[in-house]
Amino acid sequence: MNLRTFLAMLGRDFQVARRNIVPLLLQTFLQPLMFVFIFGRVMVGSGFMPPSYKSLLLPGIMALSMVGTGIWAVAMPLISEFQFTREIEDRLLAPMEISWLAVEKVVFGSMQALAAGLMVIPCAWLLLRPGVELNLHAPLLFAMVAVLVALFSAVGGLALGCSIEQTHIGLMFSLVVAPMIFFGCTYYPWSALTNFPIMQKIVLINPLVYASEGLRGTLVPQFPHLPMIAAVGGLLFFDVVLLTFGLRQFHKKAVT
Amino acid sequence: MLAGIRTQDLRKVYTSAPPPAAGAGGFGSASPRAKGKQPKPQIVALDGISLNVTPGEIFCLLGPNGAGKSTTAGILTTRVRPTSGQAWIGEFDVWKNQVAVKRLIGVVAQRPNLDFSLTAREILLFHGAYFGIESHERAKRAAALLDRFKLTDRADHMVRGFSGGMMQRLSIARAMMHDPQVLFLDEPSSGLDPQTRLLLWEIVREYNQSGKTILLTTHNMEEADALCQRLAIVDHGRVIAMGTPRELKASVPGGYLLRLRFGHSYDDVLARLKALSGVTEVRPTDGHGADLYADRGGSLVPEIANAALAASVELCDVHISEPSLENLFLHHTGRSLRE
Repeated sequence: MNLRTFLAMLGRDFQVARRNIVPLLLQTFLQPLMFVFIFGRVMVGSGFMPPSYKSLLLPGIMALSMVGTGIWAVAMPLISEFQFTREIEDRLLAPMEISWLAVEKVVFGSMQALAAGLMVIPCAWLLLRPGVELNLHAPLLFAMVAVLVALFSAVGGLALGCSIEQTHIGLMFSLVVAPMIFFGCTYYPWSALTNFPIMQKIVLINPLVYASEGLRGTLVPQFPHLPMIAAVGGLLFFDVVLLTFGLRQFHKKAVT
Repeated sequence: MLAGIRTQDLRKVYTSAPPPAAGAGGFGSASPRAKGKQPKPQIVALDGISLNVTPGEIFCLLGPNGAGKSTTAGILTTRVRPTSGQAWIGEFDVWKNQVAVKRLIGVVAQRPNLDFSLTAREILLFHGAYFGIESHERAKRAAALLDRFKLTDRADHMVRGFSGGMMQRLSIARAMMHDPQVLFLDEPSSGLDPQTRLLLWEIVREYNQSGKTILLTTHNMEEADALCQRLAIVDHGRVIAMGTPRELKASVPGGYLLRLRFGHSYDDVLARLKALSGVTEVRPTDGHGADLYADRGGSLVPEIANAALAASVELCDVHISEPSLENLFLHHTGRSLRE
């Protein structure tokens, strides 16, 4: 690996992100904040949801904005740069094995996802307080889960971005991202599916379940959640699988 | 370190439509695979290309669209995996030592692939950074290249709004930014106005004078003739002729090509044409025409007219071309490069 090239590419991505900071922030936070406002403030305030729902919701929203940000940050540029603008060709010709370019995309996407996730906490807390009871009992475990979730979102973006044609971006969101969000235990804990035993098993193939439950287990452990070993194991598993698959797809796109 | 280019028996068969990145358009031959439930079409883009470009040479691949020029350039620049055969840049095997090869080459793709999220200057600066050039040196080189390519006044603008010609100039400047030993230019002057084309030729020659190897692909004979020291004419994924422009032009039998058209059938007249002095070859084309290769042009026309008269055949049209690469291509393939 060529570290200078790698860092120069990260520098390029930072420069582009800095230039597009306003749309980037809107894209990252508008939807989760509206969600927090409607479900946490309006629904709870009007009595349709119990006040404790605020605390339950926060980790889910955090997982959601991290995954959304990471997938978007990695997949969308890859789709357009490989197929439409071909901007990536200059970086493919840089003196570095091309897999490291994919890794650079994943590193940058993870950082963006992490930033998005960490910024949700104070935003949502401000919007929802009083009544949010965060209980950060194991900060290191939380940090590990957050990094694994960020990584999952970025490698997911790599796998999707290198597998989907430009014309199928809409399909990607309606067939992959939307079901993943709704069946990802973001708005409800996994244990809430006890009455739907088959579905409860099936949703375990959804990596977002481990992300939401892992964050729930480290931020609001007073609510039921998956055992942490299962959440961390699931995240690790999907990180490795999606990275391996994503790198393979990246090679297919980069070299014909 | 001076570096040349060598390929040995390169073959490339696409089993799906080649992506535009490979730059390949049309192809030599297509035949369905014999086995398998759903036979994938096999498209032969390269059919055994062997080249040897010496260091410091301007070498040109000349051929029609889809001849395999861009696929050859794609393999040499690590972007296309060869089905078989080998390629080297300098002493490095392109497929096995990709990083070392990428340090030696600069590439201008057929279609613009500039980083639309950056300004012109940033494109050059980041490209330099990818190659590990120090920041002070980067800034100096970028400024010099922007000036050389007449882009200084738009240096800090986003390239999204650039015209095609400006993008092409910036692409070439970017490829030169890390001072590569081997420069690949894939159809560099397509879409350029004549003035910019001359600027490009001047810059290419100048770059070559510093000992750099240049591989250029083009379907433009004037460009190949004006710029290249040696060239290979490629068609259907094969090299059909290779040499200096002068050698190649001299290799056309007779040099001059007279394309004739007669009023009706003309078997009789062909024999008479062959007998004319200076005529080296006569080829019937379709039912009413003939291509006549000879060592002279205009002075032969009265004799052709007399031969036609003697055979009672009406001569309808004569087109004379002087010795050219076009004639050579036509001689080998029976088709015009312009078709």
